[in-house]
Amino acid sequence: MAETPKIVTRVRRREPEVKEFRFTGDMIPPSGSAKVKEYRERAWQAYSSLTIPDTKMEAWRRTDLTSLEPASFKLPEAQAYLDLPPVDESLLQPLTDDPHGGQIVLFPGGAQAHLDPGLDSQGVVYTDLVTAEKEHPALFERLLGKVVRPDEGKFGALAAALGQNGVFLYVPAGVQVAQPLQSILWGPGVGLAHFSHLLIWLEEGASATYIHESASPTEIGGQTLHSGIVEIYVGENANLKFVELQSWGEHVWNFTHERARVDRGGTFDWIFGAMGSHLTKNFSDLDLAGPGSTGRMSGFYFSEGTQHLDHDTQQNHLAPSTTSDLLFKGALVGHSRSVWQGMIYVAPDALKTDGYQANRNLVLSKNARADSIPGLEILADDVRCTHGATVGKIDEEQVFYLKSRGIPEGEAKRLIVEGFFDPIMQRIPFEGVRQRFQQAIHEKMASLLV
Amino acid sequence: MSELVIHDLHVSIEGKPILNGVNLIVPQGEVHAIMGPNGTGKSTLAYTLIGHPSYQVTGGEVTFNGQNLLDKKADERSRLGVFLAFQYPVSIPGVTVANFLRTALNSRRKSANPEDKGISIPEFRKLLIEKMDYLRMDHAFAGRYLNEGFSGGEKKRAEILQMAVLRPQIAILDETDSGLDIDALRIVSEGVNALRGPDMGVLLITHYQRILNYVKPDYVHVMIDGKIVESGGPDLALHLEEHGYEWVREKYEATAA
Repeated sequence: MAETPKIVTRVRRREPEVKEFRFTGDMIPPSGSAKVKEYRERAWQAYSSLTIPDTKMEAWRRTDLTSLEPASFKLPEAQAYLDLPPVDESLLQPLTDDPHGGQIVLFPGGAQAHLDPGLDSQGVVYTDLVTAEKEHPALFERLLGKVVRPDEGKFGALAAALGQNGVFLYVPAGVQVAQPLQSILWGPGVGLAHFSHLLIWLEEGASATYIHESASPTEIGGQTLHSGIVEIYVGENANLKFVELQSWGEHVWNFTHERARVDRGGTFDWIFGAMGSHLTKNFSDLDLAGPGSTGRMSGFYFSEGTQHLDHDTQQNHLAPSTTSDLLFKGALVGHSRSVWQGMIYVAPDALKTDGYQANRNLVLSKNARADSIPGLEILADDVRCTHGATVGKIDEEQVFYLKSRGIPEGEAKRLIVEGFFDPIMQRIPFEGVRQRFQQAIHEKMASLLV
Repeated sequence: MSELVIHDLHVSIEGKPILNGVNLIVPQGEVHAIMGPNGTGKSTLAYTLIGHPSYQVTGGEVTFNGQNLLDKKADERSRLGVFLAFQYPVSIPGVTVANFLRTALNSRRKSANPEDKGISIPEFRKLLIEKMDYLRMDHAFAGRYLNEGFSGGEKKRAEILQMAVLRPQIAILDETDSGLDIDALRIVSEGVNALRGPDMGVLLITHYQRILNYVKPDYVHVMIDGKIVESGGPDLALHLEEHGYEWVREKYEATAA
């Protein structure tokens, strides 16, 4: 009797595909310095052992990377910029009233640097990262990775391991750099990975003003990756004003790990402006490490379309009598989304600390959404810490009042939005930067008027 | 000559009738006062004339210089020359008085001529300072955020300053006298008197006769239950001050019955 064959079908249960980048260890830039080599290897190990973050991780709960196409990114070749759209000339204009004391333009696979010769003779180093490693090897290897470790997260580690594009600013003790320094990171193209590293170091009693802008045109179809590290040291009684503008094209996935350490009596004024990118996840930590140090963080963001901007800030009071003041203000149109997540941490011995944080959002379209999550972790007595977070809509009575004076509705709303941002504008001492924001407000609000 | 004509105006808020057939004509150059007890629809009339979206016109018509006002948005009405001095002006944080007024002036110019580049900053500054001096206002006022932290008197003065800069053809003053001390009232009234004239009609809405000692009306109307039930000359205001509104209500109810 013939047996009826028993057919067993087995469905292989498929694990969700783990997406990975296609970078390999041989892409790590070579270095003559054992310390730099070790830094990059440590970074590479961290990068290799970490997976791309998912929404199960607390810091990434509100920022979903599911549609990131990590396999699509490759490093730009040397001199790749020759075949890519050239840098937008308007970005090279000084954003300050004074002419700049130095300007660096970082291209994919190359850089141009210029420094006022007077500053050079005072020992100020302001150059791109590759030149810094070549011409100031001892200084460079001593300072690299001192503030941001090479293993802080997947994207940071990747930038630390493969990053060749960047800026090194070193101001020796007591030197005052009066004229502002400017740098532009130009990251055009599709399917490319841009890695950047800003290393800013002010010795005791030094002072400087520095403006950095990341930008690219928007490309249709495809993605581009930027991952950056910003590490800043403000020495004893030193004074730094740092403005960073983010104007990435709307196909760019942008990740940054930033930290500033401020030593005894130092003052740091940190200004952020975020207008571009498809998605941004920015970690910015202010470490008030020395007694009496002060830091101010001011952020402006305006998202449109399907943009997603996530700013994760940390004000760490690690020493007594430190002061921090954070104000982030954002507006949203279209289907865009913003996240601000902030924490004030006060260490057990950081007595007489004064910490403040506020985040205000204006949601201008019914499909836009802003999340605002303040936080305090206070382990010391005798401190003053306050915070506030609001998400609101434009007040129709305000619109009506302006209309009753003959101002058309669109103009009325723009005036109200500009007014909303005014407290941030007041914190920006540069007309050029303010104008850039005003222009962004104009352009982004145009979509509301149709 | 411009003329505001209100004919059989019916207005509701959230379905509740407030104005029940208002008839009134305010020609340019005349000052008409509307008086009446609280809650009789005086402010509703003011808001309706400037076009607040919460007020539904259920009947009647309003024309200004022969044009239908009711199918126009608030900003268009303003540019046609209608002005409302608000009883409770809202504050606009971050927007200075100067920036706001320059935008308002430029909106007018741009609407008249789309090619207009707007008033120059020095020219505007001169104009604003002239008007502020006129109203005895501190020049620092121009740099303050609109109505933000203003005292009651400062808010009313800011409204009159706006009127002086925008030069409407018809100004509706909604309880501009409320909350003012005697000095502020005098300054505000002087401002109105300086601006009134052959080019501007005024509709002055008030609960009290007090402001009419300073701004002399040509006509006085009494509003009760969303209707103008009594009209007369300046004497009517004095009579009301002495005898209250009760006699008007009795007379009106007797007529209605």
